[in-house]
Amino acid sequence: MPDQLLDVRNLKKHFPLKKGFLAAHHGSVRAVDGVSFSIRAGGSFGLVGESGSGKTTVARIILRLVEPTGGEILWEGRDICKFSDSEMKERRRNMQMIFQDPHSSLNPRKTVFKSVAEPLVIHEGLSGKKLRKRVEELMEIVGLKREHMFRYPHELSGGQKQRVGIARALSLQPRLLILDEPTSALDVSVQAQMLNFLESLQKKMSLTYLFISHNLAVIRYTCDMVAVMYLGKIIEMGKTETVFSSPKHPYTKALVLAIPRPQAEQPEKMIYLEGDIPSATNIPPGCRFHTRCQAKIGKICEEDEPTTRYFSDGSQVDCHLYRERRTG
Amino acid sequence: MELVLKINDLRIEFDTFEGTSQVLDGIDLTLERGDTMGLVGETGCGKSITAKAILRLLPIPPARIVSGEILFQGEDILKKSEEEMKRVRGKRIAMVFQDPMTFLNPLFTIEEQLVDVILAHQRGNGSGNEKRGMSRKDAVKKAVQLLGEVKIPQPELRIKSYPHEFSGGMRQRVLIAMALSRSPQILIADEPTTALDVTIQAQILWLMNDLVQRYGHSVLLISHDLGVVAKVCKRIAVMYAGNIVEDCSTAQLFRRPLHPYTQGLLSSILTFSKREGEAQGIKGIIPDLIRPPPGCRFHPRCLRAMEVCKEKKPAMIEFEQGHWVSCHLYHR
Repeated sequence: MPDQLLDVRNLKKHFPLKKGFLAAHHGSVRAVDGVSFSIRAGGSFGLVGESGSGKTTVARIILRLVEPTGGEILWEGRDICKFSDSEMKERRRNMQMIFQDPHSSLNPRKTVFKSVAEPLVIHEGLSGKKLRKRVEELMEIVGLKREHMFRYPHELSGGQKQRVGIARALSLQPRLLILDEPTSALDVSVQAQMLNFLESLQKKMSLTYLFISHNLAVIRYTCDMVAVMYLGKIIEMGKTETVFSSPKHPYTKALVLAIPRPQAEQPEKMIYLEGDIPSATNIPPGCRFHTRCQAKIGKICEEDEPTTRYFSDGSQVDCHLYRERRTG
Repeated sequence: MELVLKINDLRIEFDTFEGTSQVLDGIDLTLERGDTMGLVGETGCGKSITAKAILRLLPIPPARIVSGEILFQGEDILKKSEEEMKRVRGKRIAMVFQDPMTFLNPLFTIEEQLVDVILAHQRGNGSGNEKRGMSRKDAVKKAVQLLGEVKIPQPELRIKSYPHEFSGGMRQRVLIAMALSRSPQILIADEPTTALDVTIQAQILWLMNDLVQRYGHSVLLISHDLGVVAKVCKRIAVMYAGNIVEDCSTAQLFRRPLHPYTQGLLSSILTFSKREGEAQGIKGIIPDLIRPPPGCRFHPRCLRAMEVCKEKKPAMIEFEQGHWVSCHLYHR
């Protein structure tokens, strides 16, 4: 499809386990176990999931900070997994990442100026006045004052540090911005500002966003499409409004209900999932969610992996509850 | 209703390299028996300091209790000796912290750690009605029973595990079990679910409610998350820069927030989608407590600040039954 900027197909990442570590018949951590999705240019796509879902690993693979074990990543139609190091270096200008913890993603020994200037120095060989001018423009775009350029990270607030990270990421004029929990280290009152800012930035600079978060409220607020991940697979995907207001998969239902609602009346019908999230070293057979599923059918869930079912509204779900097409 | 905890005009300062930080600016708090109270605020508001002050866990120096009292069942905590505090901590007031991994010793089994806590309060407890010298066997039995109370499956087997063999949610359950092992009057929980996944968080919050129903202890739940607090607490105190700005029931807070900061916090909460309306933040940043703003500490960020706000700190007044607010807008 021509307007798919990024097209991820059957992505896999299995981390091998050392011999003798596990007696299990699987000798690896199947962190990402067959993930497919695509993002249209200018869209905001959310990847949501709890610990062990594999969402951060997916982000790292797209940037090839981690090599995939299988699958393809098509950037404007070309598989970047097959790129050489130098081709990849060029491509990396197009996709940048904003990291989760603004306190640790900036070099504490570099001034703001140096951190923001670094990509420009490496990729464009800029220096002197030209470099200074570009950095000043970036500072303005992210709403920081000129005097902040000569401060060190520890002299800035969390929100300001995050903006420095964004300025740095924007310096090479990327087309895709991957945001890994961009607001989870920020206070609530700052979070709203940051998300509104990110939205206006997207419009201004024609950016495409891939948002990764465990915080459904953040994803719901910012993304038009969402994929819910569980133990390395996407179990439900679709328009954000649809997925969150009428979730199909039992896990999505529980996830949506689990969001603590800041209101006096709490929802009556809660779903409490039994037990803990299984380890990615020991993924349950059949449907990987069956060990905690409140709507488990029976043996089919324990033995067979569900196949993806597609709906007319563009959503999809992997669940045996939808194994038969509804007629009429 | 029996008053379990009453904090009067507590002021605490911290000596730092850059100067003296006035972290608590005279707070008043009341906790009655069976109350579930949430202490809500963002970074630097002083909520964790308040919790630690109650248990005398603040390092003195650099902290300094300038004035005030913390009355626990009528006795001033601040006047107790360290020996007396040992009988209060863990036994009459217990605390659960944010990150369950750092509060469990990785080298000992869950059994050893639970039994340690159960037996630790055997010597010199002073309350008179304890079974003196509980045997280790009985302590283990009690430990298994406690794990069952916090809904750990197959507790008699799991108790032999080491902390790293437990997930985050299960470790937090162990800590809650430890905290409740001596039937305290107050359970203080400082961001108990912040480090946990959202579905696990829902389980733990349900558990906390369940335990309160069964044991009737009072709870002081500290969190930056109004949603978390709404699930467990019937009363909420909102803190900003070392002050309590609003103190009311949960229903009152959501129905009719009075203080501009509370209103700002509520409007920062993300709506269903951008299409429904933008979430507003609160402009500005948290003040430096070494040189805090004069008068009301929130005035530099307040959209409704008046002249008097810059000069005089507003007193706490009862606007409607049970609903207290510290703001010049409501002074008659």
